[in-house]
Amino acid sequence: MSSPAKAATPSFDVDLLRAQFPALSQEVRGKQLIYLDSAATALKPQCVIDAVAQVYERDCGNIHRAVHLPSQRATQSFEATRESVRSFLNAEHEKEIIFTSGTTASINMLAQCYGRGLKAGDKILVTGLEHHSNIVPWQLLCEQVGTELVVAQLDEDGDVPLDRIEALLKAGGVKVVAFAYISNALGTVLPAKKICAMAREYGAISMIDGAQAVPHLDIDVRDLGCDFYAFSGHKLYAPTGTGVLYGRFELLNSLPPYQGGGDMIRNVSFEKTTYAELPNRLEAGTPNIAGVIGLGAALSFLNSIDRAAARAHEEEVFRYADKALREIPGLRRIGTAKHSIGALSFVMDNAHPHDIGTIVDMEGVALRTGHHCAQPVMKAFSVPATARASLGIYTNFADIDALIASVRVVQEMFS
Amino acid sequence: MNGDLRELYQEVILDHAKAPRNFRFPEGANCSAEGDNPLCGDNLTVKVVLKEDTIVDIGFQGSGCAISQAAASTMTEIVKGMNTAAVDTLFSHYHDVVMGKAEADDEVLGKLTVFAGVCDFPMRVKCATLAWHTMQHAIRDTGDSDTDSMLTDNMVTTE
Repeated sequence: MSSPAKAATPSFDVDLLRAQFPALSQEVRGKQLIYLDSAATALKPQCVIDAVAQVYERDCGNIHRAVHLPSQRATQSFEATRESVRSFLNAEHEKEIIFTSGTTASINMLAQCYGRGLKAGDKILVTGLEHHSNIVPWQLLCEQVGTELVVAQLDEDGDVPLDRIEALLKAGGVKVVAFAYISNALGTVLPAKKICAMAREYGAISMIDGAQAVPHLDIDVRDLGCDFYAFSGHKLYAPTGTGVLYGRFELLNSLPPYQGGGDMIRNVSFEKTTYAELPNRLEAGTPNIAGVIGLGAALSFLNSIDRAAARAHEEEVFRYADKALREIPGLRRIGTAKHSIGALSFVMDNAHPHDIGTIVDMEGVALRTGHHCAQPVMKAFSVPATARASLGIYTNFADIDALIASVRVVQEMFS
Repeated sequence: MNGDLRELYQEVILDHAKAPRNFRFPEGANCSAEGDNPLCGDNLTVKVVLKEDTIVDIGFQGSGCAISQAAASTMTEIVKGMNTAAVDTLFSHYHDVVMGKAEADDEVLGKLTVFAGVCDFPMRVKCATLAWHTMQHAIRDTGDSDTDSMLTDNMVTTE
């Protein structure tokens, strides 16, 4: 199999970019690492690693507190990241950006804070594509206040037809529409703008689980028309333990505090405590300062490259991988929605996904195998698990060739 | 193919995975347990005919990877006719071997020696022990297998 010529995307040099990711230059099990698990967590460029190290080496002060210089530097870098995130999402105001530990924390925060205003019988609409982190927080809320979870089911391609969402909205009572922009298990991209408009039309708020979308699509929360948008830093080449909940100011400002503690107050006494303004009101305690500053570095890194060209390249690699996988006899792709990106799930006739994972790992290929924290998706396709290759900005055609060669080893062994 | 991999996926294991023995529920089973590995979705049910302390018959059904299916299949073959004390001794050694805590003793393990290669793959230890944990829960009549011991198996680090 020969890879397409690099010349197809002249303004994006993937090899030059790869040199910035030190983890890619290592050998594992005596083979060059082929990292195809970016949907689980993306590798980090050197500039992110350096930014984190600089916090601990030099600017190691707590934020929003002391007058000393290390604290000042940390605070400035931390707050500069808030502005970078605002710009990255095209949000209107920095106050709409709440730092969390990740998408999971963002969704839990929204479910608990917004959920307090809901009553028994109100409905939360999710889709059949959701990651457990956009199912379980709402189920916890349902147990607490008696709301009901309704699900727009998948079709056989792993897509969610809009009429299924609309039918549920039409039935009435839906107060929150919470959905994955891109499925982590299948790579399906949902028409987020249309779904948000639909939610608004029926009087529901919208929350996008944007964890998988941030590395693959340009995000403009105002154009999308979403009320909330949650994502994690670590899937965007930033450190783990960082995340964001964006909320449209009017709605975000109406949320009660989530956790109580330092940094979220205006004045505390044993008689009465008053709370800080946004964003601090929703950021109790010392946050992941170095991680957030690392997120700022990741955003600067992304701003420094031609993202349109990078996306065109990624699209080509995705199509190349899709085609090559489909040519392997006995391999079935799971999730074949027309609009898909980033992740390719598959199963093989005679080899269980875990065996696939172990065998390709011995060839240096890092795949994710299992249910991808999306058991309802697995159930919809009647498979216990899948193997999933997922792409990052650094993925090249040679990675896919190595994947295909390693999958052929599996096929040989289990034929 | 890599040597460690060949060690893991020996012919015997592949053979049992493709055609698992005792893949059925024995008639008159009086012990049963279901085992799950929530991390990977492996699921199986083991049913046992236990008379006094002896496993008179045993079978299983369920789905999982080659290692977990082969482990269940070989287990049912080897423990049939054994008493529970002997099963405990056998499992204890098997467990130590797949965890990399002991050298395989062929005389104790018999055909189970083929699983010795699992110790080089810490992420797969749970695959080799799911059926055994489930069988132990069944014969102790504690109902469904909890996964605490499974999770412990998954936390080994030998690299």
